[in-house]
Amino acid sequence: MKLAIASGKGGAGKTMVATNLAWTAAQQGVKTAFLDCDVEEPNAALFLKPDIENVIPVHVPKPVINQDVCTHCGLCSDICRYNALAVLSDKVLLFNELCHSCGGCVHVCPEHAIHEEPRLVGHIDAGHAGALKVCTGVLKVGEAIAPPVVKAVKQQAGDETLTILDSPPGTACPAVETVRDADFVLFVAEATPFGRHDLALAIDLAQALKRPFAVMLNRADLDHGETRRWCEENGFRVLAEIDEDRRIAEKCSSGELVVDALPDYREVFTKLLEDVVAAAEITTNERVQG
Amino acid sequence: MKPTELVVISGKGGTGKTSLVAAFATLAAECVLADCDVDASNLHLIHHSELVLREPFSGRVRASIDPDRCTDCGICEAMCRFDAILPTGGNGSSMAFHPTVNPHLCEGCGVCAWFCPEKAIDLYDGEDGHVLLSKTRCGPMVHARLGVAGENSGKLVGLVREQARELATMRELDTILIDGSPGIGCPVIASLTGADMALIVTEPSVSGMHDLKRIAELADGFGIPTLVAVNRWDVNPQLADEIETLAKEQGLEFAGRIRYDNAFSRAQLEGKSVLDIESNGLADDIRQVWSVIHARLDGMNQPEAL
Repeated sequence: MKLAIASGKGGAGKTMVATNLAWTAAQQGVKTAFLDCDVEEPNAALFLKPDIENVIPVHVPKPVINQDVCTHCGLCSDICRYNALAVLSDKVLLFNELCHSCGGCVHVCPEHAIHEEPRLVGHIDAGHAGALKVCTGVLKVGEAIAPPVVKAVKQQAGDETLTILDSPPGTACPAVETVRDADFVLFVAEATPFGRHDLALAIDLAQALKRPFAVMLNRADLDHGETRRWCEENGFRVLAEIDEDRRIAEKCSSGELVVDALPDYREVFTKLLEDVVAAAEITTNERVQG
Repeated sequence: MKPTELVVISGKGGTGKTSLVAAFATLAAECVLADCDVDASNLHLIHHSELVLREPFSGRVRASIDPDRCTDCGICEAMCRFDAILPTGGNGSSMAFHPTVNPHLCEGCGVCAWFCPEKAIDLYDGEDGHVLLSKTRCGPMVHARLGVAGENSGKLVGLVREQARELATMRELDTILIDGSPGIGCPVIASLTGADMALIVTEPSVSGMHDLKRIAELADGFGIPTLVAVNRWDVNPQLADEIETLAKEQGLEFAGRIRYDNAFSRAQLEGKSVLDIESNGLADDIRQVWSVIHARLDGMNQPEAL
């Protein structure tokens, strides 16, 4: 089962929830993989501290123009909708960072003067923390387009019973790529006006992608139950709540897992894991039967 | 004169960018606000903004297959690099005897339309969101709302910036305060491009530290003065010290520390700036950081001596 931990707003506690859930599952003997898909700012490994066994480069295809064969007909620049190619009278210029690797120019060139070569845009750190498989996607600094790295991290999923995907914040393409084929999405939201506003946007996304989801409220006591009531009124299931606790902020600041450092929270994560797996199984069965 | 643009970024999300931008806006004389966190914008929630203008935004085109002309040859599906074309029956409906396009996955490259032998694929402008103009008590604000799974947040950020610049020039305001988005990808790159100064708001945690290094490296590539402020410094004083040392080693200017106080959350709940509500020294911390930034901005706003 692929479980994505997501949120609209950054800093809502996604990584905290995702790492603690994965750790709890692994300690129960569930074969689990943790995939950090927040490739712009991947942080989960700081908490899970895996031994890295493999560094896997992530490439995207980039066009290479054989300037000797090129007749400067301009078709490649015509088909490119990203303005990544400029055809001058004597050569073709390629702007790598604008290229989306759609392959249009390669196919359209009548002289077969364009082929593709791999361009490095990031890497994956693959390893284990105890029995837990941990794969971290890392976008190269200066690269604008994250989805190819997210896609590559997702391919690291194997035959694990449970795969936990730590999603990037927001509702743009990196988040879409992470949650689009997840079996279930758990949204982590702060009980504040910002948190609720961004949760609403993230839920719109899950609904557009037809992903079943539930909500976990972090710092749940901040708004005196307003966000919880909002969820209830809209029929969004709230699976767990954690109140504001400075101890969590302190433990997380030094890279500790909450379930290790604060034993009183073990029960919360054990129950959340049970509930989220049960909720996901129910929706999966409904879809199979439906 | 060209307005001076200060962009506030963080790498890691949730470090307090938006709350600080809102506070700075109340401290600045008058400025234009630009919320460039286009897929989770929040600045308008603080400033009781009043919407003045709303313009649709199209990030890029999407493909659509005409079932009457489609012969189900499969070329489009084979050529699409984004898995956006579902083969016949692929959308679960037995009624569709032709492929369909998933608009959330379509990146608008147009390759399918170009190569379709039947010319059965049309490209239409996607609805990717809105650019919004609002009035606040601190000045005009340009913001945006990226649509659900909207495309091209970088282009939307560019539009917000452009409109903010026009407004600033028109109203002769010399400062634009930009609330950036988390991460280091395209919206962040679009927020940094052409900005005059960056402020990185970080927090003293292993995550904050890790992300600070990446965002500082990105900002360095733009060659603009970059300042660092540590929010919630007292959650981990030792790491706060390390961040200050790291910032200085990397040639970044240290703008100061802000203490941990749930006044940020309380202010949000009351729809106010954090400076407007009771707090224990938090307001002083923020004023102190702003005075450092303001001095730097002032230096930039002065015409260079001949």
